[in-house]
Amino acid sequence: MIESLNHLPRPSSDNATLADHFSDLAPPLTARQAAVEASRCLYCYDAPCVNACPSDIDIPSFIRNIHQENVQGAAEKILSANILGGSCARVCPTEILCQQACVRNNHQECAPVLIGLLQRYAVDHAEFDAHPFQRAASSGKRIAVVGAGPAGLSCAHRLAWHGHDVVIFEARPKAGGLNEYGIAKYKVVDDFAQREVDFVLQIGGIEVRHGQVLGENLSLGELQQQFDAVFLGLGLNASRQLGLANEYAPGVLAATDYICELRQAEDLNRLPLANRSIVLGAGNTAIDMAVQMARLGAQDVNLVYRRGIEDMGATEHEQHIAKEHQVRLLTWAQPEQVLLDDQGRVRGMRFARTQMIDGRLQTTGETFELAADAIFKAIGQTFDEQALSDHNAQTLAREGDRIRVDEHMRTSLPGVYAGGDCTHLGQDLTVQAVQHGKLAAEAIHAQLMLNVEAA
Amino acid sequence: MADLSIEFAGIKAPNPFWLASAPPTDKAYNVVRAFEAGWGGVVWKTLGEDPAAVNVSSRYSAHYGVNREVMGINNIELITDRSLEINLREITQVKKDWPDRALIVSLMVPCVEESWKAILPLVEATGADGIELNFGCPHGMPERGMGAAVGQVPEYVEQVTRWCKTYCSLPVIVKLTPNITDIRQSARAAHRGGADAVSLINTINSITSVDLDRMIALPIVGDMSTHGGYCGSAVKPIALNMVAEIARDPATRGLPICGIGGIGSWRDAAEFIALGSGAVQVCTAAMLHGFRIVEDMKDGLSRWMDSQGYRSIADFSGRAVSHTTDWKYLDINYQVIARIDQDACIGCGRCHIACEDTSHQAIANLRQADGSHRYEVIDAECVGCNLCQITCPVQDCIEMVPQDTGKPFLDWLHDPRNPYREAS
Ligand SMILES: Cc1cc2nc3c(=O)[nH]c(=O)nc-3n(C[C@H](O)[C@H](O)[C@H](O)COP(=O)(O)OP(=O)(O)OC[C@H]3O[C@@H](n4cnc5c(N)ncnc54)[C@H](O)[C@@H]3O)c2cc1C
Ligand SMILES: Cc1cc2nc3c(=O)[nH]c(=O)nc-3n(C[C@H](O)[C@H](O)[C@H](O)COP(=O)(O)O)c2cc1C
Ligand code: SF4
Ligand code: SF4
Ligand code: SF4
Repeated sequence: MIESLNHLPRPSSDNATLADHFSDLAPPLTARQAAVEASRCLYCYDAPCVNACPSDIDIPSFIRNIHQENVQGAAEKILSANILGGSCARVCPTEILCQQACVRNNHQECAPVLIGLLQRYAVDHAEFDAHPFQRAASSGKRIAVVGAGPAGLSCAHRLAWHGHDVVIFEARPKAGGLNEYGIAKYKVVDDFAQREVDFVLQIGGIEVRHGQVLGENLSLGELQQQFDAVFLGLGLNASRQLGLANEYAPGVLAATDYICELRQAEDLNRLPLANRSIVLGAGNTAIDMAVQMARLGAQDVNLVYRRGIEDMGATEHEQHIAKEHQVRLLTWAQPEQVLLDDQGRVRGMRFARTQMIDGRLQTTGETFELAADAIFKAIGQTFDEQALSDHNAQTLAREGDRIRVDEHMRTSLPGVYAGGDCTHLGQDLTVQAVQHGKLAAEAIHAQLMLNVEAA
Repeated sequence: MADLSIEFAGIKAPNPFWLASAPPTDKAYNVVRAFEAGWGGVVWKTLGEDPAAVNVSSRYSAHYGVNREVMGINNIELITDRSLEINLREITQVKKDWPDRALIVSLMVPCVEESWKAILPLVEATGADGIELNFGCPHGMPERGMGAAVGQVPEYVEQVTRWCKTYCSLPVIVKLTPNITDIRQSARAAHRGGADAVSLINTINSITSVDLDRMIALPIVGDMSTHGGYCGSAVKPIALNMVAEIARDPATRGLPICGIGGIGSWRDAAEFIALGSGAVQVCTAAMLHGFRIVEDMKDGLSRWMDSQGYRSIADFSGRAVSHTTDWKYLDINYQVIARIDQDACIGCGRCHIACEDTSHQAIANLRQADGSHRYEVIDAECVGCNLCQITCPVQDCIEMVPQDTGKPFLDWLHDPRNPYREAS
């Protein structure tokens, strides 16, 4: 897929130098820093930070454990609520979650407690001899989980913990979902995503089958027949399109496709480099794309959004990171035309200026052009309809393009549950997906045990 | 500017901040540095009979607060480990070079008259301003019949004090050990023996912590440990109470008191003085931060005195004593109620859970529509215990507000609810 950029030059730095550019954006805390930071926590009761954590981690308790030099206890506390606590510590936008709610997040108290970094400290330093959670006696129940992303892994782990056997059906060659294929490289570095998957699977009772694609070589109907319950953690696998002519010309690419390639690349020096890049979008994906291109050595990165700064999905913190990387944020401009050179490759884009008139976004009639070697689309992910194409799957109730679920993550089909980005509930965040998977597992467990009692 | 100079038990000093007998006053080198830094006086590290004591290694351990600040230090050192002759020579020289500073010599020799009779003239010949009798050392020395063992028996305290008054013309300060049940018994004994003053407290028997890997308490000597003496800010409340007990004891009224124990700031010093001390001694705070701390102590104390209109230490010495009494004389009808400053409150919930779980269920946790919390005192349930104010991380956020109950003063002795009340 990156073929569409093959005509571009390669970065001028060598692989080792480039790899340095993709080390931890937020470096981990040292033991001393962790001790100092942990002592800042007030050990609140009914703590606002916990209420703000989508995965219900007992934050005051784990921080107190760190402070009392019980790092393993801290890690176990975190992981018992969120088995992907290690990646969440790295990727959570804490500035809008726990740290936003921290009672010390104000002027008088100077700054919020660095909950994310403390969480990472605990999980990174726990050094468990064996998996910390022991499986309950076998229930004899088998559950199918589709998708080995955060939602699927979390669901599978919790089910295995309760004594059920799980088979995960995964389309891709590696498990981890976007942790492996989508998160910015400087947030989850080296092979952490795979090490975390290994840790999750350590509990036992989970079999992962790769190359299994729902809607292609697998159907929901089959799974319903063969398993006691089914969980769908499919994520969002299609990128939204611009609907413009020349959208598939060389030089135009979905940002997620490039990021995926970047994360998997063994030699960063062989990636195509768009010296002049345009990134379309306003979410964290757009920021990730722009920043990573800048780190590869691009000189001129423009992030273009059709509305104003205040409407951007990316948090202030993320916007700040972009600015630090000399990424230019252009607002009130809407893509109008992909401009091609005489070889049919991207040479730039024409934009129409926009404004709000009577609460509606409208073009002003004014246009301008930006020269570019590549255009990256980060205007949102959508659900890949192909996955739900078999007869049973088509009957699933939907909410927009997403799967509709109730608060127990039940879909409209009995015995079929769903969670994570593919559902309409909550925000599209890793931590939310983990929580969904956990809640679904609890609901499945409760239902299956009820059936056992009734039988 | 307030005048910080004092005359304590006949001993003059430019300020009331003295270094306690301990490592900071072990030899001329330290004492000269202390005087250069501005200390008003020192009590020289305790002298004994030759041969000098021998110390072990290691010697100290600490009790820490949550931010690794030292709450208290525990030590297993003995009295001076240098010969009597060297110490006396240095004392003579230092006193000669620093005539305006108080130089007091701490002494500990066996509890026999001959020993005291022998050493006292040697000390007096140095030109020192006074002597302090160390009856407080809780480790090492008691086993030899010295230190705390003497200090724990009022008859010995009285006897040794009398010998000192007999064989020496210098003011005699008796340093009291806190390792007893009623500090007044020791002070009264010193008073009977003719002491010019008492100083307190010496260190408290302690073990600070245990190395859980090696299963040995700290500090470790080889693979063994022993209890030591505790000092530093953690002992301040204990020392303050003992000072106050003596200050308000009619049997020792007027006996000068030198306050010691956990003093590290001008405020600590002012508190000891308010409860009856005429001078104070410092050890641990200097050991942790060096002699320079005296600068801030002097500055802070004199500014505070200016702000209060006190011109001399004597102006406020003992001012808080008359406000210290026995529980039975407190006004049972006095009532305060907690009040939360909602603008200052950061919503941590600590006051709520403290009162809810362990006090009087008097703080309501009101969940707001936006998910935040509002904490409100239920006046009718609040008994005014101060717990919420103590646990609140924000200073001055919770105020304890006196209530107008309309009831007259009533103490327990006269309370109708007291089955043993005195007829009024
Ligand atoms: C570029 C980018 C950056 C992001 N950055 C952040 C961030 O910094 N912080 C944050 O919290 N969130 C971030 N997110 C969002 C976060 O990654 C997702 O919310 C999270 O991964 C959702 O987990 P999931 O399990 O629902 O889906 P996914 O992680 O997408 O996992 C779905 C899994 O299902 C598999 N699958 C899909 N379809 C099928 C099928 N038909 N058959 C079999 N298997 C299938 C996929 O291969 C994948 O393994 C980012 C997202 C993107 C795209
Ligand atoms: C290491 C050490 C050695 C001490 N040695 C003596 C001593 O020789 N004679 C004595 O009277 N008190 C000695 N003390 C006790 C101090 O003089 C003082 O009474 C005690 O430390 C309380 O004061 P502080 O809290 O300011 O330290 C010693 C204290 C320490 C820490
Ligand atoms: S809100 Fe902040 S201070 Fe309170 S428990 Fe959470 S992290 Fe600690
Ligand atoms: S003063 Fe005591 S009883 Fe009153 S609210 Fe505070 S903790 Fe509760
Ligand atoms: S302890 Fe203080 S800051 Fe915390 S909720 Fe109570 S009043 Fe507010």
